[in-house]
Amino acid sequence: MEVRVAHVRKEFDRFTALRDVSLDIRSGELIALLGPSGSGKTTLLRLIAGLERPTKGAIFFGDEDASLKTVQERNVGFVFQHYALFRHMTVAENIGFGLKVRRHNRPPDAEIRRRASELLDLVQLTGLEKRYPAQLSGGQRQRVALARALAIEPRVLLLDEPFGALDAQVRRELRRWLREIHDKTGHTTVFVTHDQEEALELADRVVVMSQGRIEQVGTADDVYDTPNSPFVFSFIGESSMLPVKVEKGEVWIADRAIGIAAPDTPDGEAVLYFRPHDIELLEGSGGCIAGTVAASRRVAGTRHVELEVGGDRQRVELEIPTSHPASEKTRIAFRPKKWKLFPAAG
Amino acid sequence: MTSVPASAGWRFKAPSVIPGFGLTLGFSLAYLTLIILIPLSGLVWRTASLGWTDFWTIAFDRRTLKALEISFGTALIAAAVNVVFGTIVAWVLVRYNFPGRRIVDAMVDLPFALPTAVAGIALTTLYAPNGWIGALLAPLGIKVAYTPLGIIIALVFIGLPFVVRTVQPIMEEIDKGVEEVAATLGATRFQTVWRVLFPGLSPAILTGFALAFARGVGEYGSVIFIAGNLPYVSEIAPLLIVIRLEEYDYAAATAIATIMLTLSFAMLLFINLVQAWSRKRYG
Amino acid sequence: MAEAKPATVRQPRFRSAVTETRPARYMLMAIAFLFLGIFLVLPLVVVFIEAFQKGTGAFVDALIDPDAMAAIRLTLLVAAISVPANLVFGITAAWAIAKFEFKGKAFLITLIDLPFSVSPVISGLVYVLLFGAGSLLGPWLKAHGVEILFAVPGIVLATVFVTFPFVARELIPLMQEQGTGDEEAAISLGASGWQTFWFVTLPNIKWGLLYGVLLCNARAMGEFGAVSVVSGHIRGLTNTMPLHVEILYNEYNAVGAFAVASLLAGLALVTLVLKTLLEIRYGAEIAATRGH
Repeated sequence: MEVRVAHVRKEFDRFTALRDVSLDIRSGELIALLGPSGSGKTTLLRLIAGLERPTKGAIFFGDEDASLKTVQERNVGFVFQHYALFRHMTVAENIGFGLKVRRHNRPPDAEIRRRASELLDLVQLTGLEKRYPAQLSGGQRQRVALARALAIEPRVLLLDEPFGALDAQVRRELRRWLREIHDKTGHTTVFVTHDQEEALELADRVVVMSQGRIEQVGTADDVYDTPNSPFVFSFIGESSMLPVKVEKGEVWIADRAIGIAAPDTPDGEAVLYFRPHDIELLEGSGGCIAGTVAASRRVAGTRHVELEVGGDRQRVELEIPTSHPASEKTRIAFRPKKWKLFPAAG
Repeated sequence: MTSVPASAGWRFKAPSVIPGFGLTLGFSLAYLTLIILIPLSGLVWRTASLGWTDFWTIAFDRRTLKALEISFGTALIAAAVNVVFGTIVAWVLVRYNFPGRRIVDAMVDLPFALPTAVAGIALTTLYAPNGWIGALLAPLGIKVAYTPLGIIIALVFIGLPFVVRTVQPIMEEIDKGVEEVAATLGATRFQTVWRVLFPGLSPAILTGFALAFARGVGEYGSVIFIAGNLPYVSEIAPLLIVIRLEEYDYAAATAIATIMLTLSFAMLLFINLVQAWSRKRYG
Repeated sequence: MAEAKPATVRQPRFRSAVTETRPARYMLMAIAFLFLGIFLVLPLVVVFIEAFQKGTGAFVDALIDPDAMAAIRLTLLVAAISVPANLVFGITAAWAIAKFEFKGKAFLITLIDLPFSVSPVISGLVYVLLFGAGSLLGPWLKAHGVEILFAVPGIVLATVFVTFPFVARELIPLMQEQGTGDEEAAISLGASGWQTFWFVTLPNIKWGLLYGVLLCNARAMGEFGAVSVVSGHIRGLTNTMPLHVEILYNEYNAVGAFAVASLLAGLALVTLVLKTLLEIRYGAEIAATRGH
């Protein structure tokens, strides 16, 4: 099932959670909504589910306008961070709930039970039908919550920080498992996370959001290698930045050209972004960025060095292999291998 | 008080640097014994010295049985009424926003704060055939004051806060995600409330019911004014105790009291078992 | 999968998953308000209306009647004895239970709650059985001229019995929640036990304590059943305010009965207001024990 979000705006009493968001989700895709808290990612998920009403805009499931349907009629599977299991029902009753409350084509009880154990097999909890949620671990509860969402054969599967309440080990394990389930069942799946590692590892495409807007949509490679905004650059992966000046297609810091050509960038103030490990270290002082080491600390296999650059002592962080001689020096010259210029803010 | 062998595996009290254990526990136990335990054991001792035959004669006296039946019957109905309306009141207070919510919330505790005698005469005045409500009901042929119906009215008043205050905090804790999940799974609002929320609240509702019921069985002050106190019709067990006392028939008063106490404790035990069971199962 | 619908214009539909439809909401609110109005507001209103139905003069006359004044004095006296007694007990019991670990604690807490589950009439009855004519103590007391039943001491005892748990059950959960860290720190800094209580513990529990005292006092002044059994209803001597209300009411003196009742109702209202204010201002501190 394709899902199309068209120019959706969502205002709450005090603030605007989403401003004119449009997004096409392909059928069978596993897509991550990634952003810091307050970026509107959860609001977008809840709008797709029908748990909130958009202030403006529409959401389509295929060709059908979903805003004509209530949450009950949309047939979406929703999984919450804190599981939201029905605690007075057994695992099997939880999973069968969606089938049991149907008023049309409600399957017979035996069929519901059969579906429940089938789904328990799928989520690798075979034999736990009779347990109550209180008797399960966090990871097991989240598996039950997913099985319950899958039981209604949803047109879209929506997961809100599904692993947020679990500890790191279980988290990684469930991540792999979710990917497997997705590949097996092929549901169009949208999940919300603030954990970039989770988003990049798991999703076919990542939607990076900030302040109620979509900043970039793309594969893990797209958003990491060619971020299209300062926000995406600094939010995903490590990044360093320096204020620079562009003049006649050359990038300058103070009165020195740093050996980077930017022929398509208009003249003026700009900010240079690069990955702190993606640099070449140079000797000499022409056509590079040079600075004095202000601080240096060892992190696992690399040395993180903070350089003071230029007259106004702008600080910038680099990652240098510990084996490299430069890691012992007090003055370092470098040039980023890959970089991106964004116009200076304001 | 703290003379406990330090080496022994069994210890009465875990060691602590905070002083005053002996003094405070000693005083508490002495006070508890004097005020509560000795008087209550007096009741038990009196009952024991009655002997079985006397006890059964009094207990199976028709007036006693009828009074107990009226007390327990009216308390049961009143508690049931309170379960329905108390749950609705709690829901409205927890879920809906309206001006004056705080005041309404505070009002729920009025039956705790208002002396029972005051409640009794006020309700009687309202429901008497010439009272505000009584006059409305009289043309319909409904008599409230001086009938068992009046007792129920008084017990509804007395029991309301027990249900509301037991159910309210549990309602406040409901995870809205549970309701939202139910909706995404296709449940109508009614199905969500009835099949998802209500079962979760039922231990609390049952507890509130039991508390209101236990209080209603023992209630005296608010009932005697409105009840009319006709033997075999609207005479409650606590009143019969008072009547027997005034007749200096201590044996009868004691026997009735013992039956009431036993039933109330059985009730409390039942509540505790229900709660322990639901805690164990649903966490 | 649903086919594309014919292009009729349909209104967007949205139904919140966490609340009822508007009509259902209004209906539930109407039921709740009607119920509370009939069962709580009307009785309260009727007390004041009846008290003033013959004018302010009759109201005042009913209160300055010597028997009424005696009842008011006795009620204040009884509360002045029983509330402090239960206050001291509440603090000591809470100290022992909350600050120490010992065997049988749960059982002790159950015993403290016992009076709540005893009918007021039975609370009075136990003292009649203890001190009355047919008891072990009765003849001895009579021989020595000690009056307990049908006298002030009996009334005080019965009141202490029914108000016994109020302060303790307020403080125990509160102090248990606060733990022993503060007290241990104070002791380690050289404070004596008494200083620790006065400067460390008391400031932490003062609002909870006030809350308990408030409820204890309301019950002490308003208790009817237990006191009724032990008092003997001697006008001017052993009549508390609630008992006086009963006597006047049974004599068809409605204004008199409701005048005294209105004082008690006023007390209840003041109690509710103070209780609500405490809950709003110090809610976190007393939240452990919200309820009766």
